Amino acid sequence: MIFVILFTLMIAAMLLALVRLILGPSLPDRVVALDLIAVSAVGMTGIYAVFTDQPIYLDEAMVLALIAFLGTSAYAHFIEKGGVPWRKS
Amino acid sequence: MAEVIGQGLMLVGALFIFLAALGVVRMPDLFMRMHANTKSGTLGIGFIMLGAAFCFSDSTATLRAVAVILFMLLTAPISSHLLARAAYFSGIPLWEKTLSDDLRGQYDMVTHGLPGGHDAEAQGAVPSRDVK
Repeated sequence: MIFVILFTLMIAAMLLALVRLILGPSLPDRVVALDLIAVSAVGMTGIYAVFTDQPIYLDEAMVLALIAFLGTSAYAHFIEKGGVPWRKS
Repeated sequence: MAEVIGQGLMLVGALFIFLAALGVVRMPDLFMRMHANTKSGTLGIGFIMLGAAFCFSDSTATLRAVAVILFMLLTAPISSHLLARAAYFSGIPLWEKTLSDDLRGQYDMVTHGLPGGHDAEAQGAVPSRDVK
């Protein structure tokens, strides 16, 4: 029962981040939404490790956190060096 | 008993991530959205991994969970700072009800440096404080 609530919260967080990813008026907004999606995937992996009683999934959570950090800093470098000109609102 | 404590901690972490997502959708400004988003990386993942460590009650699983927490605590502020800095240089508009922006006009937009100290005063980049 508790896992239903946990997975529902994480999926709701992912869907809300997806709303910001689609709506986001600028590129950094979309990067923030992608970062939130990756973080909630890390949390969901941790919950799934407890749900299936397999501690090996915690390693996957660590790798996912590393990939999320690399992706966000690569996007930040891309934006700081010019990036694509997005429409000004 | 440890199961109940662990599941309660995981519930707190999931609630933090959900509230961060709510803030990312509802906040009016990029920087306020990032302010809401950083709660998910540190507090949300921290509570979820702490709860996972309680639920497993195994030394290797606890070590992995603590490693994930330390890694997130180390990298979440770095990536947020990089992204906010890049967004500020890109000229993201602030919220129209923003009261003050202390960084306005302070950054060198070509070199992306922040003038300050005696070197900048000697070069005339910022007006010296004691000379009118």
